[in-house]
Amino acid sequence: MMRLIAFLLLIAVPILGVYTFVNAQEHNWWFPPAYSTFAPDIDWLFNFIMYMVAFTFIVTEVALAWFVWQYSAKRNDKGVFTHGSHKLEMIWTAIPAVALLVIAFTQMETFAKIKFASGFPTDGPYTREKPIAEVWASQFDWRFRYPGDDGVLGTVDDLESSFEFVVPVGVNVVFHLRARDVIHSWFVPEFRLKQDALPGHTIPVWFQATKEGSYDLVCAELCGWGHYKMAGRVRVVSAQEFDAYMAELKAKWFSNGKE
Amino acid sequence: MNPVSTPSAPVITHHAPHLQPGEGEPGTVRESHDHHELGFLRKYVFSLDHKIIGLQFLFSGLVFLVLGGLMAMAIRYQLAWPWTPMPGLSWMFPATGGAITPEFYTMLFTMHGTIMIFFVIIPLLTGAFGNFLIPLMIGAADMAFPKLNMFGYWAMWPAFVLILMGFFVEGGHAAGGWTSYPPLSTIESAAPGSLSGQTYWLMSLTWVGVSSMMGAVNYVTTIVKMRAPGMTLMRMPLSVWGLFIAAFLQLFALPVLTAASIMQLLDRVIDTGFFTPTNLIVNNLTPDSFAHGMPAAAAGGQPLLWQHLFWFYSHPAVYILVVPAMGFTSDILAVHARKPIFGYKPMVYSMAAIAGLGFIVWGHHMFTSGMNPALGMSFMVATIMIALPSAIKVFNWLGTLWGGRIRLNTPMLFAIGFVSMFIIGGLSGIWMAATPVDIYIHDTYIVVAHFHYVVFAGSMFAIFSAIYHWYPKMFGRVMNETLGKIHFVGTFIFTNCTFYMMHQLGVAGLMRRTADPYAYDVYAHLQPLNEFITLSAFCMFAWQIFFVVNFFHSLFWGYRVGRNPWQANSLEWDAPSPPGHGNFDGPLVVHRGPYEYSSPEVAEDYLPQTRAV
Repeated sequence: MMRLIAFLLLIAVPILGVYTFVNAQEHNWWFPPAYSTFAPDIDWLFNFIMYMVAFTFIVTEVALAWFVWQYSAKRNDKGVFTHGSHKLEMIWTAIPAVALLVIAFTQMETFAKIKFASGFPTDGPYTREKPIAEVWASQFDWRFRYPGDDGVLGTVDDLESSFEFVVPVGVNVVFHLRARDVIHSWFVPEFRLKQDALPGHTIPVWFQATKEGSYDLVCAELCGWGHYKMAGRVRVVSAQEFDAYMAELKAKWFSNGKE
Repeated sequence: MNPVSTPSAPVITHHAPHLQPGEGEPGTVRESHDHHELGFLRKYVFSLDHKIIGLQFLFSGLVFLVLGGLMAMAIRYQLAWPWTPMPGLSWMFPATGGAITPEFYTMLFTMHGTIMIFFVIIPLLTGAFGNFLIPLMIGAADMAFPKLNMFGYWAMWPAFVLILMGFFVEGGHAAGGWTSYPPLSTIESAAPGSLSGQTYWLMSLTWVGVSSMMGAVNYVTTIVKMRAPGMTLMRMPLSVWGLFIAAFLQLFALPVLTAASIMQLLDRVIDTGFFTPTNLIVNNLTPDSFAHGMPAAAAGGQPLLWQHLFWFYSHPAVYILVVPAMGFTSDILAVHARKPIFGYKPMVYSMAAIAGLGFIVWGHHMFTSGMNPALGMSFMVATIMIALPSAIKVFNWLGTLWGGRIRLNTPMLFAIGFVSMFIIGGLSGIWMAATPVDIYIHDTYIVVAHFHYVVFAGSMFAIFSAIYHWYPKMFGRVMNETLGKIHFVGTFIFTNCTFYMMHQLGVAGLMRRTADPYAYDVYAHLQPLNEFITLSAFCMFAWQIFFVVNFFHSLFWGYRVGRNPWQANSLEWDAPSPPGHGNFDGPLVVHRGPYEYSSPEVAEDYLPQTRAV
């Protein structure tokens, strides 16, 4: 009886485990849509690892269930007397080693592109040295400071907005991420982009949004009791709309309250 | 010496028919060599006996397990039904009618993690089983330094008191996560828990460190110096190897955490500013108006320094949480599969490799922290390669089961459960190790799923397995099999229902440590899934009643057993159950390794290490 129960429990792990992943998309328990240039790369790498992992998962879990079923039968002889096999050890060391190295080296290009200084855009309107804006995180809100007409941050014509970060679509956007008090983290699930904001440091971050729309900006690093409500939005708009927005922001910022 | 400890055992028995009431050799049950009777205090409280100290760690660990579990239930409640009053708990939160407040929620997950890691899993694995098993398994009469051992347990008491006191201070307990990243944890105005709860947290953890250090020194010395004649290193049971390696991890990593916590304590108390950068504006306060943690003058500290120091300990600590569990599982699988462990040497080397690599992977917790991304590359490769020794271990466990004569009793079921769950926890680690994928999944529920598969479904299953397996040695009685099996089946099902679905939450991008994720549009649809997880977690928690009842009932009314109820080979089964002072009847000689099951040399399917053939 216990033999059957144990077998069913163990075999249910790979069956239901795989079933859950196969059906996850249907239930919307899966990635949000990918709306940045590198988001599909990250999804591809996730899936690449997932398929290799799934193969190992199924083989080992099925073997486990099968061995438990097979060798817990009532028998009156002794078990196989073996202390191991050098050949098998070699095989199951070498093959996973190669597979793991393949996984490790496949990852590098994408990571370098997203995070390395050398991966940052150099040709577009925004670069590491000349960002579109400074993004300030503090308990518990997001503020965005655009450099204004002179293109230099920290001058009198800087423009500020809070909660909503407006960026143009189809353009490499570079911003400087800073924190005013404690550690926060910039996370936009649709862009697959996460970067901690570190007090005392200015961290350049880049992405290119591929679809217009408004996306949740989430704080992903515990920052205090209000961490859960440290929400912002990233609104991705066309180039014309972006220019209009900047003009509007400028008018609001320098109007002295008089329209 | 007596070479055959259970001569009356049948030649080959399956499915443990040997647990009859009153069975066991007369005269060996509860036999004690303790001729000078000690008073209650000396015997059970200020004991120098490694077995009693092990049991002290076991009982205090189990008490904290209940506390940590209750906190987990409250966390789950909030995630399924945010801001709704918890039934029957309005007395705790009169202001909200019983609903959890956001600051209480941050404290809950901080203390859940802290208690489960530092007060439950590490003390249970290394404190309880390390103390109980090491001398018995290597044939020693006691630890090398019994007084240091006693002090090791009693150093836990300041930690217990401080960690509990922290709940009752103004602002509540520490609320900066179990990782306690500064400046959140160092600046008083940054979080209610940083008011003074964090100070209690740091002092408590320092005492835990002192305790672990004494334990580690003792374990290493005992294993190196006090093995019985014939007990070479390569004849030691893998449990001892696991504990040995974990002790080395403690010895080399723990000083760093102790130093780091004292630095954070100094930051908090005398404003040293190790971790606090200059010019912070917290809660719209100017630096001058901070009470503590932020010097008015330049601080010039580095928040990342804490992360490096903390993870330099806490990543090896993750392996302290699992390497002994791997050892126990290896032993229990071999005993109940009636087969030698498959690939003993690869098993030892892979544990050592996991521990060794464990020292150069801490940066994988910091891929998105702002650390130099080039460092991320080397940390990624080292981390991914840790999957290799882990895979070798899984294959060898499967090899052990293959061709065995498996007895599906409770310890075996939990050990098999460990293997099944460790596969999931190990494999999902590869996602986290991969730097670009981690940019997305860092701090999401997929991380929560991963480490709960390793630490709960892994280490905790191994602890259950070890308790069921060594209970007869601890108390001279065996736990009830029927209740044990019921306990296993329910725990296995609900553990998977709870933690497996967290992978899905993580892929959907749900972050951890969020009191109310549904405030975001992108997470709003995940509430029903969280509700399912919460209900599963409640069932899992409630199901543990079978364990509690079984544990205490068996203490008084369990079947008495003799020295070797499982017909196992290792030395502890040569001693009386429970062993008296000095453990063994007389000097031991070890003739072989501990895994000679189903050996053709003898008629029985086991061949104790002490038996000359």
